[in-house]
Amino acid sequence: MLSKFIFLYCALVIVITGILAVRFRNPVHSVLAVLVLFFHMAGLYLLLNAEFLAAIQIIVYAGAILVLYLFVLFLVNIRQEIKTERFVANHNISKFISFLVFLILIAVTQSFRLGTPGKWTTDAIRQATHTKALGIEIFTSYILPFEIIALILLVAVVGGILLAKQDKQEVVMAQKEGSGSLTRGGKK
Amino acid sequence: MQILILLVQIAILVGVVLLHVAYATYFERKIIGHMQVRMGPMLVGWHGLLQPIADGIKSFFKEDIIPEQADKPLFLAAPIICLVSMMVSLAVLPFAKGWALADINIGLLFIFAMSSLASYGIILAGWASNSKYTLLGGMRSMAQVISYEISLGLSLVGVMMLSGSLNLTQIVEAQGSSFTGMYIFTQPVAFFVFFVAMLAETNRVPFDLPEAETELVSGYCTEYSGMRYAMFFMAEYIGMFVMASIGVVCFLGGWNGPFNVPFFPPIWFILKVYLIMFVFIWIRATLPRYRYDQLMTIGWKLLIPLALGNIFFTGLVKIVIN
Repeated sequence: MLSKFIFLYCALVIVITGILAVRFRNPVHSVLAVLVLFFHMAGLYLLLNAEFLAAIQIIVYAGAILVLYLFVLFLVNIRQEIKTERFVANHNISKFISFLVFLILIAVTQSFRLGTPGKWTTDAIRQATHTKALGIEIFTSYILPFEIIALILLVAVVGGILLAKQDKQEVVMAQKEGSGSLTRGGKK
Repeated sequence: MQILILLVQIAILVGVVLLHVAYATYFERKIIGHMQVRMGPMLVGWHGLLQPIADGIKSFFKEDIIPEQADKPLFLAAPIICLVSMMVSLAVLPFAKGWALADINIGLLFIFAMSSLASYGIILAGWASNSKYTLLGGMRSMAQVISYEISLGLSLVGVMMLSGSLNLTQIVEAQGSSFTGMYIFTQPVAFFVFFVAMLAETNRVPFDLPEAETELVSGYCTEYSGMRYAMFFMAEYIGMFVMASIGVVCFLGGWNGPFNVPFFPPIWFILKVYLIMFVFIWIRATLPRYRYDQLMTIGWKLLIPLALGNIFFTGLVKIVIN
């Protein structure tokens, strides 16, 4: 009973803050709406006995990624709202299409089936603690995907470093050529 | 009935910690005073003992000024976010055996999550005040917290590997009650990394760039006054207390001491926390502030590789022993 109530509360707040994140005029307010959304998602994970996932959700998404978003927003410092022309002249068409998509999503939920319970039932997870269960699964049955993800991240890190280094070289080269067109301000 | 008992416990904990915070400021002013060959607060009460209470009353009755151009709701919310997230982490600290309000399985991760949340308070305070000094302070804090949180987390991975748990009570119990069982002896590199990252996370000297008063007036809290300023102040001191407690729990053997004290088991825990707090203050009285690029260099090029190496080495030793 209580857990159902908490679920409904979390779900409701997730939907509301999701809409608010899109509707707010000020990008910083949007980011804050997303922050509240992440918290309630962590709450949903807690309801599922996934306390490790809940903590990681807050540490990684709220603590690191959203802070980086804020960083970008502060650095860009948008004073005026960017206005673009409408892609479609009549916005009722888009409303109609999104309503159709909504109907399709509702229809799809009808065919939702519960999977057969595997080794890790709720009780088994509660006994072994979620952190341990997750660790065992990742490093035994899912070790290959885990390694692939690690490799992809490594590629991204190397790529990022390469891009940053290239930028620096260009600045140095521009300085050597003596062309006073240093617009990027790489060096103070 | 159970809820009532829990509420009373929470009230006691918050009360004790707030009192502690008040007297931590007194402690700090006295120590720094004596280190600089002056007396520190002396006028209010015997040797200035009532000074923290006088300060509290003064900041409570001061006018609450809100800048005209500020983003009002965020400006008002920022100190509350800061204080609440710091206070919430108090719930999982084990002051003695069985003296934790919430003995949860992911205690260590919970504290990381909450301390990363506290930085939102600082960032939002910097942005919402709509002033260049506060914005710079907020940005500095943001970059600093992101970089040092990584080394803070990685430095504790060694402890997690040795104790095999994220539960703070179990970490203390894994260290045993002997002196040499403390993880500071088996994880000295991790303790060094943790200590430096702890100073940076709590915005203390030599990493107090977010509120560097010589360049940024008062950093992120420049526009705040009265009670709201005091809330930032309290959040900072509770943050120090929480981080020092984590250090005690993970490296200094928690509540275990040379002999058991009847009636008041947390005494050793509190003494150890005060020892770390004293070192905090000692460092403040001794070291100058780092430059910003130096701060980043230490974080990314020294602490993170050290912590990663420590994890690798700990794992290797564990395999060899097993």
